[in-house]
Amino acid sequence: MIAIRAWELLAGPSLRRSSSSFIRQGRDALSASSLPVATTESFYKIKLELYPSSRGFELLSTLVRRIGSSIVVILVTLTLIFVGLALAPGDELDTLLTPEAAAQLSPEDIAEKRAELGLDKPVPVRYAIWMSKTLSGDLGYSTSEDANVSEVLKTYVGNTAILIFAALFLGVILGVLFGILAALKENTWIDYVVGSIPIFIAGVPGFILSLGFIYFISVKLNALPAGGMHSLDDDSFLDLLKHMILPVSVLALVLAAQLVRYTRASMLEVLNSEFIIAAKSKGISSRRVTFNHAFKAALVPIISVIGLHLPEIIAGAVITETVFRWEGMGTLAVRAAGGRDVPMVMGIVVVVAITVVITNLITDIAYTIADPRVRLG
Amino acid sequence: MQIRECALAKNKKNSVTAGEVVYKTNFQEALERFKSYRLALVGSFVFSLIFLMAIFANVLAPQGPEYIDFEAVRQPPGNGHLLGTDNVGRDVWARVAFGARTSLTVGVGAVVVALAIGVTVGLLSGFMGKWVDTILMRITDAFMSVPALILIIIFIAIVGPSLLNVILVIALATWPTSARVVRGQVLTLREQEFITAARVVGVRTPKILTSHIFPNLLGPLSVVATFGVAGAILTEAGLSFLGLGVRPPISSWGQMVNLAQESQILLAEQWIFLPSGIMIVLTVLSVNFIGDGLRKAVDPKSVR
Repeated sequence: MIAIRAWELLAGPSLRRSSSSFIRQGRDALSASSLPVATTESFYKIKLELYPSSRGFELLSTLVRRIGSSIVVILVTLTLIFVGLALAPGDELDTLLTPEAAAQLSPEDIAEKRAELGLDKPVPVRYAIWMSKTLSGDLGYSTSEDANVSEVLKTYVGNTAILIFAALFLGVILGVLFGILAALKENTWIDYVVGSIPIFIAGVPGFILSLGFIYFISVKLNALPAGGMHSLDDDSFLDLLKHMILPVSVLALVLAAQLVRYTRASMLEVLNSEFIIAAKSKGISSRRVTFNHAFKAALVPIISVIGLHLPEIIAGAVITETVFRWEGMGTLAVRAAGGRDVPMVMGIVVVVAITVVITNLITDIAYTIADPRVRLG
Repeated sequence: MQIRECALAKNKKNSVTAGEVVYKTNFQEALERFKSYRLALVGSFVFSLIFLMAIFANVLAPQGPEYIDFEAVRQPPGNGHLLGTDNVGRDVWARVAFGARTSLTVGVGAVVVALAIGVTVGLLSGFMGKWVDTILMRITDAFMSVPALILIIIFIAIVGPSLLNVILVIALATWPTSARVVRGQVLTLREQEFITAARVVGVRTPKILTSHIFPNLLGPLSVVATFGVAGAILTEAGLSFLGLGVRPPISSWGQMVNLAQESQILLAEQWIFLPSGIMIVLTVLSVNFIGDGLRKAVDPKSVR
């Protein structure tokens, strides 16, 4: 404890000085015998304490428990939303039949139609039927799309997945790169510029950003298409890519804005930590220290940030898809909700909830593997 | 540490003055930290202007947001209409001013309702523990596993779009955040000595919750609430943009930006949507800056 204090005293003030005086101070500190010298024996002792032999088993059992609770969360979500939709006034029949059409039908005809859709049964029975069907993979028939829910979902999920994966990829690269840049150039104008742009992006709603892109890039520069997924008579991948650039950039920018702040903070913390100072004092080049040592350590907390922001990206996709007329889950959700299409809405919720829960699980596991000190809770 | 001293001092009825002194310095320190963050001051200033705009909307724009001037449809700024008129001849300035009312009502209203639910759930969950905690937290997880906007769209589909429904639905989708924060705080607070001391003296659980735990939650909650207001304003704008927000006679900034999807307006008549877009950005930014300042004020350890 005292030794660590002494080390802090020696190393503390030198943190921001030039590297030569930095290294000299580090060497002085190392040669001062007040520091405990790690022998091979003590090193292994520490290692044994940090990695008990039962760790693999422990990880497995917590994993099983976490998967169990994830399934419970998904079931609770589905139940809550089903009950909410069922208790609401009005049902699918109201949206299928216009008031004029309903007026022409006799009460018996309407009752027959309701029975056809299974709406005559009480809510718990409808719930039980729906749940057992869902568990066997049958999500029902979408009244607003006039097709099987799972069939509709297949096309739309794919379209959204392309958008979100591309946005994740681009956003993480942009966010991490600029975050590291800001951290390395701490308190210079580069840091201030890179650090303040995300604050302003956070205040601009996705649809305003999208409209700005359409106005300047599609209309003024006429460089990229303003919406849709394909040009007429052109199904090539290149054409799809062209249509993707704008919506993906909007989503990626919003994600990157968040990541820059986290990456910068995480990187600064690591850069000022003792093992980096030790590495530098050993004479390792500054670039190697940054990219081999600091970068890896700084990335660990960012994994969880990416996982946490996935729901936000999905929500952002809803609006971005609508602006760019991208035929994905967002457009589908808005349409299905407007048409009171319960099976369709529930199908979307099933897909989204499972995606989010699984991502959370994966991030937790990735985090545990990347940083052995973290325990799965 | 100081917060705890303050709570202890306030407990003793005979040393209220001493307690007051500690409390005041704490508050003053927090105020100083808030003031030291310049963007928070700018944010406060801009936000109070927007607030005044919302309150005095009927003074600033006497003709009202629903008055249609048939002589001047899609008229550029000037000639009796400060910011021009929209596609049906309503005054843009009036709609922007009254839109501030809508935005702030939704922002504040949704947060008040969300806090009421979240604080109750968080207090119950953190203080009761055991099966109450398990059940409430699973429900919270369930709400959090579906992105708020998708939940909101579903709820709006059920109850139909209106000002009150938008407020309630945003609250219903966003309460888990405050519930989580409150639960976390309660879990750490209830293990501290001053709670044990209160229990030993014989204070009952409801009293402990209201006069010992709750005051200590105000700091973190003020931060959550501020960012909640910004989030709710953004969500309302997004919903109105999708056509799922407040209904047309009532003016909303999101609705006016939605008009820009018509290419004639986007390309040639920017005065119709630009002011509302700028107002959304200004409001959200200023509230976010106030939130950042509050975070610094409440938690001195947080850097940047």
